Amino acid sequence: MRRLLALTAALTLATADQTAQAQAQDGLAWDSVVAAARGQTVYWHAWGGDPRINAFIASVGQDLQARHGVTLEHVRLADTADAVTRVIAERQAGRDSGGAVDAIWINGANFAAMKDQGLLFGPFTQALPNWPLVDTTANPAILVDFTQPVEGYGSPWAMFQMVYEHDTAVLPEPPRSIDALRAWIADNPGRFTYPQPPDFLGTSFLKQVLHGVLDDPSMLMRPAEDADYDAVTAPLWTFLDEITPNLWRQGRAYPANEPALGQLLADGEVDIAFSFNPGRASAAIAAGELPDTVRTFVFDDGTLANASFLAIPYNAANREGALVLANLILDPAIQARAQDPAILGFQTVLGLDRLSDADRARFRALDLGIATLAPDAMGMGLDEPHPSWMTRIAEDWVARYGTAP
Amino acid sequence: MTLIVDDLTITRAGQPMVALSCRVAPGEVLTVMGPSGSGKSTLLAALVGALPGGFRMAGRVLLNGRDITGLPTHARRLGILFQDDILFPHLSVGGNLGFGLPARVPERDRLIAEALEDADLAGMERRDPASLSGGQRARVALMRTLLSGPDALLLDEPFARLDSALRARMRAFVFERARRRGLPVVLVTHDSADAVAAGGPVIDVQGRPVALPSP
Amino acid sequence: MARLGLLAALTVLGLPVLAGLAGVIGPAFGYLPALGGQAFSLEPWRGLLAWPGLAGAVRLSVVTGFLATLIALGLTFLIVAAWQGRPGFAWLTRVLAPMLALPHAAAAFGLAFLIAPSGWIARGLSPWATGWDRPPDLLIVNDPLGLALVAGLVVKEVPFLLLMTLAALPQTDSHRSLLVAQSLGYGRTVGWLKVVAPRVYAQIRLPVYAVLAYAMSVVDVAVILGPTRPPTLAVQILDWTTDPDLSLRFQAAAGSVLQLGLVVAALGVWRAGEGLVGGLWTRWATRGARGVVADPALRRLATGAAGAVGLAVGLGLAGLFLWSVAGLWRFPAAWPEVLTLRTWAGEVVALGPVTGQTALIALGATVAALVLAVAALQARPDPGRWVLALIYLPLVVPQIAFVPGLASLALVLGLDGTAVSVALAHLVFVLPYVVLVLAEPWRAWDHRAGLAAAALGARPARVLWAVRLPMLFRALLAAVAVGFATSVAQYLPTLLIGAGRVGTITTEAVALASSSNRRLIGVWAVVQMALPLAMFALCLLLPALLFRNRQGMRTG
Repeated sequence: MRRLLALTAALTLATADQTAQAQAQDGLAWDSVVAAARGQTVYWHAWGGDPRINAFIASVGQDLQARHGVTLEHVRLADTADAVTRVIAERQAGRDSGGAVDAIWINGANFAAMKDQGLLFGPFTQALPNWPLVDTTANPAILVDFTQPVEGYGSPWAMFQMVYEHDTAVLPEPPRSIDALRAWIADNPGRFTYPQPPDFLGTSFLKQVLHGVLDDPSMLMRPAEDADYDAVTAPLWTFLDEITPNLWRQGRAYPANEPALGQLLADGEVDIAFSFNPGRASAAIAAGELPDTVRTFVFDDGTLANASFLAIPYNAANREGALVLANLILDPAIQARAQDPAILGFQTVLGLDRLSDADRARFRALDLGIATLAPDAMGMGLDEPHPSWMTRIAEDWVARYGTAP
Repeated sequence: MTLIVDDLTITRAGQPMVALSCRVAPGEVLTVMGPSGSGKSTLLAALVGALPGGFRMAGRVLLNGRDITGLPTHARRLGILFQDDILFPHLSVGGNLGFGLPARVPERDRLIAEALEDADLAGMERRDPASLSGGQRARVALMRTLLSGPDALLLDEPFARLDSALRARMRAFVFERARRRGLPVVLVTHDSADAVAAGGPVIDVQGRPVALPSP
Repeated sequence: MARLGLLAALTVLGLPVLAGLAGVIGPAFGYLPALGGQAFSLEPWRGLLAWPGLAGAVRLSVVTGFLATLIALGLTFLIVAAWQGRPGFAWLTRVLAPMLALPHAAAAFGLAFLIAPSGWIARGLSPWATGWDRPPDLLIVNDPLGLALVAGLVVKEVPFLLLMTLAALPQTDSHRSLLVAQSLGYGRTVGWLKVVAPRVYAQIRLPVYAVLAYAMSVVDVAVILGPTRPPTLAVQILDWTTDPDLSLRFQAAAGSVLQLGLVVAALGVWRAGEGLVGGLWTRWATRGARGVVADPALRRLATGAAGAVGLAVGLGLAGLFLWSVAGLWRFPAAWPEVLTLRTWAGEVVALGPVTGQTALIALGATVAALVLAVAALQARPDPGRWVLALIYLPLVVPQIAFVPGLASLALVLGLDGTAVSVALAHLVFVLPYVVLVLAEPWRAWDHRAGLAAAALGARPARVLWAVRLPMLFRALLAAVAVGFATSVAQYLPTLLIGAGRVGTITTEAVALASSSNRRLIGVWAVVQMALPLAMFALCLLLPALLFRNRQGMRTG
């Protein structure tokens, strides 16, 4: 309890002006966090559908144990919302401390819901010793997640930007804009689909389309209620009405999520897939799941970009351990490991100019893989719209296409 | 050792099934005869204390001066032999006999060996009961009952499943051993040959004497 | 003592179901203080009714439920009618028994890998027969009518109903009845259907109800094989339950209550249908048609059905295993280009502890269920109608309707998140199956053995331990095998009561299902089925080993 008080004090200070005195205090308090964390077991609730991510999390667990004496248990989720549900159920039962969830891999609507409901601990990110290495200027999505100010309630650990994947052996010249895609689908019926909304990636594709068909996408940054929703989204539905008959399975079925879409590409059922992980294709090729003729591309006018966060529920039983974990994932060596396509291919949240020469060399030495675009070829990262758009669009999609007539 | 059935009546739904008083002296065989469905099995069940629900019973059963009417089966000291031998299939021949022998008895192996010898089955302790012939199994069942040291013997058509040649020998074998130990025996059967061989009084479940056809 | 056991068993079965139901009825009418639902309202129902997919989802649940149950029952009767008493029947039952141990999810994955346009069947026929060099754009898995879902349910429920039928046959005097029918000139299959089927049906009525309720409300199989626009009601309820928009939780509770109502109504309709079909059956049976001509055709149909079920499961599992060791495997190759243990190597560290935990939980739940079942049967060897209905309660009430409420209860009591509480939750579902498997052999046991033992001076406890239980050893182990498999297959109770801290192979496998990664699914599905199958094998081998010198213990 005493340690917690010290921590809270430090966190309050950390969010205030970073005076020298506060930083000294900070260091002291962090030591006590690390001391308290020793011996704890941190339950990290993170989506468990990808063996590479699971293996990476296991390797982070080994480091956590070796460096800090903290045990990491990866609770493999089928859906991040399961962990949200869990915390809600605990609050419902009056369990305001000793909760089962210590850390969650989260962003978007799940993050917004938890933050709005006061289910998160924080702000804490600026108390992390590795925080100064994070590049918030190059990656604005770190501070604003889906237009929601993060305000220190989530520690970023990877950047994501939507990239499209195609097999050059089948489709050498892919369409590079929404309009080109529309034409391509009409010419190649049955060769394109997207994950069924309200799946995250599927709804993201709809937002990408909306971006492409709108003259002024900036209105997407405000809540959907503030705009003339019907008028704004009308071109989106026109687009979908047009492509749906020519989708895979004539739009009578959709893949469940990103990996399901990736599997369709691997099976040759579709010619274009997409992912939020620019390194996914290279990693899948390395694992023998995709042929080595697959390449990635982005739309000329940019693709959606966002960050993944580690958040700590307000009632986490092993809060100190979770903080140590959040800091460890920002360690340059671990960030470089995550960016290695042979391991994950995730984009780092760190600014290379903020690193030591040795650490910078780690990133420079990475071979990003044959299918991964170089950072300067990634094009523009588009800001994620306000979460209300995602919710409304997903609902409308279900009403229009998600229920068979 | 004497078995006394004192004014035993069994009714089911108000219908009388059994009404019996009798006295069976040591070594004597009382035969209860009747067609199937006449209540013979009900009588036996009442004697061993395993009357199914739905029956009402009045009267007393005395064995060796003890009133055993209200006792559970295991405390009555009434040995019973069924139409089938009911050897426990999971135990060896010796195991079956050991099951019958009370726990406090010393020199168990010797007693079991002697019992097997007596039944012409010497050395068969480790055999699987399923590997024996019908006659052998019947004899093991009898020896198992005798080893448990009963005060009386109840026989529920125990010879019905044996072929006729074997049946005569088995009858003699059982009656001879019961007499030798002075056990009162109640034999329930529908086979008059059994009754003739038993040589004792023959009655039906109402206690009325039954006339046997002359041999 | 035994009476106490019966009471305990009935409490284990009834209380969690009722408590769990109470836990969803409140939120269904707007009452859930932690989420701001302070007053009772009909808002959740308005939300439910406003969902555009409701009519479709309800229709799907009802149609797939009835269709799967009717087909599974029909095939089961056809197979037994055509095969009972023939050489091969014993073999058939021996092959089918272990299929009961197969988790539904694994069987569903296997089937999906088999029948999908990029599945093994299409690969086997391509390109030489079909001309396809890429998978055809055919909607087979996740079809809007739910036919793939029905197929997945049928292949898993036929073995269950077959084993239930086999257990019921001895009580129906089927052999002699069939002999009489044949001597009157009836064909074997038609004779069986006319004479034996009605009596068998009366015996397996409750298992059939359980199949209907399960088929209407299943989540995992429906996620894998069912339609998505809209999904079945149960899947949609789970979606709402796990939606980040917390207000949807009220709607989910209303959906749970609707799902329960649907199942109850469907059971009512089925019950009414029994009377109707029974009347028609009697008219058919007394019409005098001998069905001799139809016999060979019916028998071929039955053989085909049994073969199809066996092949669907067998090839499906082989496919799962192959994917688990596959490297690059492109369409239309029927065999992977590269075989590799890479996926296994990556998972082996995670597999070990989870497998151990799964086995421990399953053993705990099974042993507890066995003790309770023996105590209950000892107290009431012939359960009355109400006791029987209570035994089936956890199988008939949809899990999605009461497990979330039960989880809230466990949380309030601080009982969640431990292996013991997960095992206790499993007990609710393991106990009914253990009782089901054990009841018939228990009843059929020759009571004269007990009487003989008592007459030899054995007290009731000794009769139980030294005579009855050893004689029923085979049946006890069969109950253990089925109970173990039931525990391993539990998804919702493990997920919700385990609070993420206690996972089993099944929660891991379903979590991985979201990855659509066939290699990974292959690895976990193979382990998921290997564990219960290993227990099955052990339970078959153990009595054979212990009683190798006891011919009398070979059957029963």
